[in-house]
Amino acid sequence: MDISFSAVLSQIMLGLNNGAFYALLSLGLAVIFGMLNVVNFAHGAFYMLGAFAALLGLDYLPRLLGSDVGIGFWSALLLGPLLVGLLGVLIEKTMLQRLYKVDHLYGLLLTFGLALIFEGVLTNYFNVAGEPYSGKPAMLEGAVNLGFMVFPAYRLFSIVFSLLVCFAVWYLAERTRLGSYLRAGTENPDVARAFGIDVPMLRSLTYFLGVALAGLAGVVAAPIYSVSPKMGSDLIIVVFAVVVIGGMGSIMGAIVTGLALGLLEGAVKVFYPPLANTVIFIVMALVLLWRPAGLFGKER
Amino acid sequence: METLASPSASRLEKRVNHPFVSYLPWLVAAVVCLAAPFLIYPVFVMELLCFALFAAAFNLLLGFGGLLSFGHACFFGGAAYLCGHALKVWGLTPELGIVLATLGAGVLGVLIGMVAIRRQGIYFAMVTLALAQIVFFSCLQLPQTGGEDGLQGIPRGMLFGFIDLSAEVMVAGSKIPLAMYLFVLTLCFGGYWLIWRTVHSPFGVVLKAIRENEPRAISLGYRVDAYKLTAFVLSAMLSGLAGATKALVVGLASLTDVSWHMSGEVVLMTLLGGMGTLLGPVVGAVTVVSLHHELSALGSWVTVTIGVIFVVCVMAFRRGIVGEIAYRMKRSF
Repeated sequence: MDISFSAVLSQIMLGLNNGAFYALLSLGLAVIFGMLNVVNFAHGAFYMLGAFAALLGLDYLPRLLGSDVGIGFWSALLLGPLLVGLLGVLIEKTMLQRLYKVDHLYGLLLTFGLALIFEGVLTNYFNVAGEPYSGKPAMLEGAVNLGFMVFPAYRLFSIVFSLLVCFAVWYLAERTRLGSYLRAGTENPDVARAFGIDVPMLRSLTYFLGVALAGLAGVVAAPIYSVSPKMGSDLIIVVFAVVVIGGMGSIMGAIVTGLALGLLEGAVKVFYPPLANTVIFIVMALVLLWRPAGLFGKER
Repeated sequence: METLASPSASRLEKRVNHPFVSYLPWLVAAVVCLAAPFLIYPVFVMELLCFALFAAAFNLLLGFGGLLSFGHACFFGGAAYLCGHALKVWGLTPELGIVLATLGAGVLGVLIGMVAIRRQGIYFAMVTLALAQIVFFSCLQLPQTGGEDGLQGIPRGMLFGFIDLSAEVMVAGSKIPLAMYLFVLTLCFGGYWLIWRTVHSPFGVVLKAIRENEPRAISLGYRVDAYKLTAFVLSAMLSGLAGATKALVVGLASLTDVSWHMSGEVVLMTLLGGMGTLLGPVVGAVTVVSLHHELSALGSWVTVTIGVIFVVCVMAFRRGIVGEIAYRMKRSF
């Protein structure tokens, strides 16, 4: 096989980039699942909404208001997750909240329906093929020489930024007081309530956090991938597989698995491209045969 | 905790004991199905029949086994591709093509089932969804499947080598593909009858016991995994039968048939009609497929409508149409 070393390296870096998004998304899924016992099928849709928030803020909002300055990338990085998170809280308060007492599968079905609604509405107004996001900040244009290879600056930023956010969430959940409340609520909601922790409030907050992470991933992804109504739905299934492989037990597990599988996918893209779309699912099948609870999971 | 499927349907059946009464629904169904092609476009009726069988096969797993598979499209669509290929390229007769495709779906069911039943509940749904994606991407990338275009122009061929399934006959003033219609009707009724028998067999009872309380079923000595796998494979094969028949009816096997949207659709049919009821999936399938035809001019608003129905069903209507009727009759009688 005649593949140049630099081509392999660049594919692997692109894989790491995807892996960072997998990590961000599976992290949100894992946090929501742990606290709410809901598999958030709408996670991909929230990711897509985050990207659209950035796109609309930059291109459409100024046209609507007649001004010539839109919401730039850095503001979108803050506003996008916030808006998506608030939408999530609205959904949690009005719908999801009523489903905690029935079979957990209903949470999956509800969020599946919501994902279809978001995707369908946006498909009516936007091109399925996707629209480019032109708000990439000037300081992240061009490429950086990493010593062993030259890599696009924005992609490097997105990897580093996603990892920082991942570790911030890990720190929040494992090392702070709020995180200990969160873990207590996950472990045993009734006892946590008896100790005076506002569990319903904590659940809303968790859903806000998880969904905002998806929105944040969407904003960061907007300058890289074209912004399309379908961008979330294909990704979410891969992220489900990532979550099954890692097991939903630990936050660090979700981060590590996401990164590793992104790298693996990048490597497969170089050596055997036809398998690139399915390699993660195949790994999932193998992991299930070997360790049904997932690599970092506990059987519950 | 509210369980996934309401047991109301089985309670309802206990009052039915006279042999004639128990055959009455079958007679009504037969009459309706024989009259339908004169009133509605026959190909549409045949498509309805296929989707009704698909939903009923799915419900065998969800409603009676308590297992939510989010990847059933891979059996439906996979069999459609296999049947199409067997008829178009290998030149098999339609009945052989359908048998082959059904067996193929069964093999796929064994492979996927063996991996998926290692996890329960929500994980089961995610695992089946992910595994079905392997089948989807295979259908997209294999040279035999026609990529984005799918397999087009699948011939109906000669049943048993001498009955022309594409022939149309004038019956009572309307042109009807009579042989094809009767063939499809036989297959779908046969499949549905098999589901009905399975649910009322000792096997079906054990399956329901596992759904209600798995640890207890284990403690009673049942090999739970074997039962689950059998139900999974049976459901996969019947879904395959439905998919292969559908490919024969419309002459097309496409990526839509294997995509996760189709998996979601069959979940909706079952949820809307009523999980764990025998008639529910049929009602749900007819409703959803008709909705698709009625709203097809609206483009992606169909997706929105489907999503809204999902949300409404989950929030306010968890028993489904048939489940709700059964529940109310029980209460008012």
